[in-house]
Amino acid sequence: MFKFIYFFMIVVAGTGGELCVSRAMKETGEVKDFRPAAVVKVILRALRLKWMWIGVGLMMLAFFSLLAVLSIEKVSFVVPVTALSYVAGALGGKFFLGERISLRRWTGIALVCIGVTLVFLGRG
Amino acid sequence: MESHKRLQFKTFVMILIMIIAGPLGNVLLGKGMKNVGTITIASSSDLAHVVGRVLASTFVWLGVASLLTFFIANILVLSWADYSFVQPASSLAYGVVALLSVFLLGESVSPLRWTGIAIISLGVLIVGRTNPRTTEHC
Repeated sequence: MFKFIYFFMIVVAGTGGELCVSRAMKETGEVKDFRPAAVVKVILRALRLKWMWIGVGLMMLAFFSLLAVLSIEKVSFVVPVTALSYVAGALGGKFFLGERISLRRWTGIALVCIGVTLVFLGRG
Repeated sequence: MESHKRLQFKTFVMILIMIIAGPLGNVLLGKGMKNVGTITIASSSDLAHVVGRVLASTFVWLGVASLLTFFIANILVLSWADYSFVQPASSLAYGVVALLSVFLLGESVSPLRWTGIAIISLGVLIVGRTNPRTTEHC
């Protein structure tokens, strides 16, 4: 049961965290100036948004869950399961960020999912 | 369209930085932590000793700098590109990790793993042919 909660946290909190950071950056607006001072200014502006802090908090939760589950399960089992993040990410992008995901992009995401699983099944 | 090309170019550059800096950071951190050795903490002085050893490792600092570069490139690209575009595209990092382990650390990579990397690359290629941005910006 604990394992299920950990996996749930890794996939949902991890992807949720990245979606929140993504939302914060969409609110910050498109970065056009890449000089170091301008980039620092963008980061400071992003840090004023609540989505950025929620995102980083969720990502930390996912990281600690990953450490916890790695202490009881094999890496070769854990990582293919976390490939589910790609599906969660696509769904989150569609429903939370209002992105339009074409059939072509869904096909690519499915292939990435299969590939990530094979990479970790192929561990020596 | 000129602005579409510009958008694709800067997306490409940022994802390139991500898929190099991310895996490089992990490999450097891994190497640094292996040099630090097995961590056993029995008292607070042990903890201070371990923290001291970790902070004294050049590899750890290089790894942290590399991961910080990855994080900044990641948030910058997310300011204009779709998350559902960036997330699968940056999975090319799995291939870069395999290459770094072969050439930098001398590890062996199984055929099944190379197959997986080939399928990821194909998936990324397909995602890469979609428009990086499908939402309107305010």
